[in-house]
Amino acid sequence: MTAKKKRSSLVTGLAGGPYEVWAVLFILVPLGFVAYYAFTDNDFRFTTANIVRFFTDTSTGGDGSAVRTYLVISWRSIKLAVISTVVCLVLGYPLAYIISRASAKAQKTMMTLIMIPMWMNFLIRTYAWMTILQDTGILNNLLAGLGLGRVHIIGTETAVIIGMVYDYLPYMILPLYSIMAKMDHRLIEAARDLGCAPAGVLRRVILPLSMPGVVNGVTMVLIPSISTFYISQKLGDGMFFLLGDAIEGQYVANNLHFAAAIAFILMVALLAAMAVMRYFTEKHTYGGL
Amino acid sequence: MDKIIELKNITKSFDGEVVLDNISLDIYDNEFITLLGPSGCGKTTTLRLIGGFETPDSGDVLFMGERINDVPPHKRNVNTVFQRYALFPHLNVFENVAFPLRERKVPREEIQQRVEEMLAMVALKGFEHRSVTSLSGGQQQRVAIARALVGKPRVLLLDEPLAALDLKLRKDMQQELKNIQKATGITFVFVTHDQEEALSMSDTIVVMSEGRIQQIGTSQDVYNEPKNAFVADFIGESNIVDGVMLADRSVSFSGHTFPCVDGGFGPNEPVDVVVRPEDVDIVPEEKGMLRGVVTSVTFMGVHYEVIVDIGGFKWMIQTTDFVDVDEHIGLVIEPDAIHIMKKSEYSGLYGDYASFSNEFDELSDAESEGEE
Repeated sequence: MTAKKKRSSLVTGLAGGPYEVWAVLFILVPLGFVAYYAFTDNDFRFTTANIVRFFTDTSTGGDGSAVRTYLVISWRSIKLAVISTVVCLVLGYPLAYIISRASAKAQKTMMTLIMIPMWMNFLIRTYAWMTILQDTGILNNLLAGLGLGRVHIIGTETAVIIGMVYDYLPYMILPLYSIMAKMDHRLIEAARDLGCAPAGVLRRVILPLSMPGVVNGVTMVLIPSISTFYISQKLGDGMFFLLGDAIEGQYVANNLHFAAAIAFILMVALLAAMAVMRYFTEKHTYGGL
Repeated sequence: MDKIIELKNITKSFDGEVVLDNISLDIYDNEFITLLGPSGCGKTTTLRLIGGFETPDSGDVLFMGERINDVPPHKRNVNTVFQRYALFPHLNVFENVAFPLRERKVPREEIQQRVEEMLAMVALKGFEHRSVTSLSGGQQQRVAIARALVGKPRVLLLDEPLAALDLKLRKDMQQELKNIQKATGITFVFVTHDQEEALSMSDTIVVMSEGRIQQIGTSQDVYNEPKNAFVADFIGESNIVDGVMLADRSVSFSGHTFPCVDGGFGPNEPVDVVVRPEDVDIVPEEKGMLRGVVTSVTFMGVHYEVIVDIGGFKWMIQTTDFVDVDEHIGLVIEPDAIHIMKKSEYSGLYGDYASFSNEFDELSDAESEGEE
């Protein structure tokens, strides 16, 4: 019995081996490098200058006064990411529910349709949105053709948010859908049976049971959208420099240590945010009343 | 007694398949009524019609004389104990039971008191703060019952509530449900495919097959006076043979003429004859009304189950006397052990034990537990 147990743990150990090697090589080591670069100067001597620079660098703001460059960029990144995440949640939640209640065949078709944009290259998708949103683009030509007048979207925050929502919506829908598809339909019937009108069923049963999906979806959208770049450059016409763009810019300019410092601060902030979120949702989901 | 629910000429089909075929049924206040039948007979659909989860294609559902076809489930004074319970996994025992009261904005102290009362009734005092997922099947069952009763419904619907429990627990729960029904005075509509369960619990049994009601009656009625071969076969064990009614109180089957207690058939009318296995006496061959050869003997604990070949037709006999395989025996059947039924569409389908095996029965039982 014990020999057998030992062997099976050895087997699982061996089977897990490659993944552990993978995790160490491609996750832990690079993270270590990011931290190492963030806290060293060009001669690899320990310094906190890069971190300090992030919080103190100033530049001239829109109204002529001095502003803290990277804090402004951070605030803008967070704001756009949070708006995009909320829009994704508002759009994705009902859709995920509708899909999860459709016939098996319809579910498959709808999920495929949602995945298809993900098969296309990220750059191409972004360029596609440029041609749609431009002042002389598809959308404006359509509106003009209908006699509704043109709108200026490209180069605004709205354009950046549209691009981010389009890119990240599937990451919101997938975890929501997978939780909702597993939800026992009988629980919904039970709630109706026990006196809940449809709104009550949503509030008292469907929402609390889908909370883990909401947490996962928000995580999957918030994290990539807070560190996104390129979308802002192309759809925002370079007007909305985000953290991701800052990291890319510093990296391209060969300022590896400062780029690493920005990435490190972002990572720590995100981890803290996720920890807080999980703490509250877990309490909310399983603590009872 | 007052009618509390009336089903009038209800027809329901799913994807072109008729599930309920012109069903009419009256349910009386304060009774324990059981819908009994094999899987696919329409019993669960009937329950869902009363609960409000399905609407009939034609016909009416009446609740205390009022048509409720289009009333949604949350506005019906009817609660359901679902198959596999459907407890809310995100709420603890107390909150599961309090669920319907919170929806009605019942004052906090009253909720506390009524939930405690219900939990005491189902013997779950002290379990208030336990997670429902940590409970055993029997305990979850009790929570489901408490949750369905706490709102004081006029009618409680129970959809195979005991199917997932093991035999011993099932027997206990049968008794307990019966007691709860008596104590609360709420009408129970119970769905099961288990005929023993139906016989031991019900005031009224509704036997269903293929979307139609075959017979409505007390346990004794459906056991002793089955209306057709289906009911005779489904409720308990039966030998069902072709016979001819020679005159009132005289029937001929298996090559012998028997005195019986039934009458009112046409002269020489072909009939189905039911003889329960426990009503056949084994005697020495020369003294028997019928003669046959024993083909198998199974020890069942209380009795032996003996299969006897009589002129090519296999009879089942339950006896406490031991006989051996290949033994030639005689059988005696008393007049009141013979039940005569009119021929029906089910004639000839049931009642021969040629292909009988216990294993086969269990297989089909397991299948019907998966019924929606």
